[in-house]
Amino acid sequence: MTRFLSFKWILTFILIAITGYLYSKDGVITTSVVATAVIFGLPLALAAMVGIMCERTGIVNIGIEGTLLFSSFIGFFVASSTNNGVFGIISAITAGVVTGLFLAFMSISWKMDQIIAGTIINILATGLTSFLYTQGRMAPTTFPIDIPFFSSIPFFGQVLFMHGPLVYFGLVVIFSLYVALYHTSWGLRSRAVGEHPGSADTAGVSVFRLRYLNVALAGAVGGLAGAYLSLELVGSWDRGFTAGKGFTALALMIFGRWNPMGALAAAMFFGLTQAVTNQLMFSDVAHIPEQFVNMLPYVLTIVVLAISAGKVRPPAAEGLQYEKEKA
Amino acid sequence: MFLQGAQPMDAYGSLFSHGFGSWEGFAKTLGKATPLMLSGLAVTIGLRSGLFNIGVQGQLVSGALAAGWAGYAIQGLPIYIHLPIALLFGIFFGALVGWIAGALKAYRGIHEVITTIMINSIVLALVDYLAGHNFQEPGQTLARTSAVLPSATIPKIFGLPSGFFFAVLLAWAVWWVFQRTTSGFRLDTVGRNKNAAWYAGISVKRSVLIAMGVGGAIAGLGGAIETLGVIGRFEPTFNTGLGFDGITIALLGRANPLGVIPGAILIGGIRGASSSMQFDAGVAPEIVDLILALILFCVTAPFLSKWLRSTQVGAKVTSGWSN
Repeated sequence: MTRFLSFKWILTFILIAITGYLYSKDGVITTSVVATAVIFGLPLALAAMVGIMCERTGIVNIGIEGTLLFSSFIGFFVASSTNNGVFGIISAITAGVVTGLFLAFMSISWKMDQIIAGTIINILATGLTSFLYTQGRMAPTTFPIDIPFFSSIPFFGQVLFMHGPLVYFGLVVIFSLYVALYHTSWGLRSRAVGEHPGSADTAGVSVFRLRYLNVALAGAVGGLAGAYLSLELVGSWDRGFTAGKGFTALALMIFGRWNPMGALAAAMFFGLTQAVTNQLMFSDVAHIPEQFVNMLPYVLTIVVLAISAGKVRPPAAEGLQYEKEKA
Repeated sequence: MFLQGAQPMDAYGSLFSHGFGSWEGFAKTLGKATPLMLSGLAVTIGLRSGLFNIGVQGQLVSGALAAGWAGYAIQGLPIYIHLPIALLFGIFFGALVGWIAGALKAYRGIHEVITTIMINSIVLALVDYLAGHNFQEPGQTLARTSAVLPSATIPKIFGLPSGFFFAVLLAWAVWWVFQRTTSGFRLDTVGRNKNAAWYAGISVKRSVLIAMGVGGAIAGLGGAIETLGVIGRFEPTFNTGLGFDGITIALLGRANPLGVIPGAILIGGIRGASSSMQFDAGVAPEIVDLILALILFCVTAPFLSKWLRSTQVGAKVTSGWSN
């Protein structure tokens, strides 16, 4: 643990040092790259939160990809039909809750294998969205809002306070999830259910109800991530639009050790590598083929993991069915 | 299908007649089913050994490229030498890609779900680059390699792709290994309870390496057969989704090596017939994914399996992350 901690801090320090150096060389580009990192990292962080919320209560959610795909599609579809972005966001979140409830229904009530349940959601979302998809739709997208005063701070202003509304909302969700998970009775109960549902039940926590609640809430967070992708980040929707982000989020969740802050840091690191590679491609510094540039985030993740390695410990009751004892 | 105003029965009729009705359709189905069966088998080996191998896609594609390269670049050999060499290339590179993920798990303790997802993306980008640059067919703008030479093409038996029979044989062999041999029993024990396996003196590290390596080899073979027997050259866009269908097939077969055979034929048939279904009944081919999800749902939903009395209700197929 201490080894990982020290590595984590060394990496953070190196990143800050490099950023500071580059900032002194070229402030404009460095700032925009770091701001782009936030934009790229946020959907992954939110998607990782979906995984954390489910898995901390003992439900494996491999259907995050499906949730993202379905909710981004519904959000875009509704926003383009009603020409109203707010309706789009609300319906994307609703769509996320629907996938969450479906997962909860299959894995909690029907006691299906949870990985199969998640896979069903993934395939179903792929099929349904590409079946219903029609080309050439337009939808209103959100606009960046500059937060007064804060946005005028050099560097941090552009990195943190000049984004679209869903970025702020997403960041608030992530930080409140962290606080809720470790500092409220809901969080304590959720973690207890994920580690040892029997004890939690004995202590009077309704395992089924809490699992249902958390998986549905996680679906809402996934819906938010989907809305962000289609209505703020990209502004359109296409078949297979999420391109494996849900699976990457699972990796980041494990990388961040099922901790919201850890996953946020991991997602931002991933977003940073993507932003840097984008910048490299854009500025055409060296003639690196596009494919190698796209590879970089994945290679770096593996390298960082291989250095910082260590066994991760998932919630103990994860993936297991809970059978209430009969008196 | 009602949504598109088509006759559902027409669509199903077309699906059936094209997938299984004619000899050619049947051959096409078996050709589609072969790589699917092998990728399902690769996932199954992982599941039985307590690993969730999502990297089958990458393993399969690297095998496909390696075999495709060996199929056109090595010249002047008779078929009984050239074909095995090309197949071995596919097997070797598939195994290598799988083994890397296994080694990262065994020696550095990185979860296989992370590494296989990351390696998938890396391999797909690398293969796309190679097929578009170093190994590109001369004078071609598409990313694809030259056609495989006749001496490396898998011959057909009565118009049926012979790779299929080999895949069935392999599925049976894997079943036999798990059922009847000590090495299979070791993998199974690790999959059921890692701590118990360790306590009994079974090397968990070795099992992880074997399961990932062999799974990768089988997936690579699947890619090689697809390239050498069905497509005839390597094109990156032709192999998309095979590895992920493999996960569906393995889950349909409930992690039983023999269970992948009907699953692969079914999915191969549906995938193969999807385009003619569109032609005959005007149903968008994307509906195939919906049908697949419904099949998986119906096979695994407990109320139906209770009704069919097929398998134990709530039997655990996968082992989550917890290993």
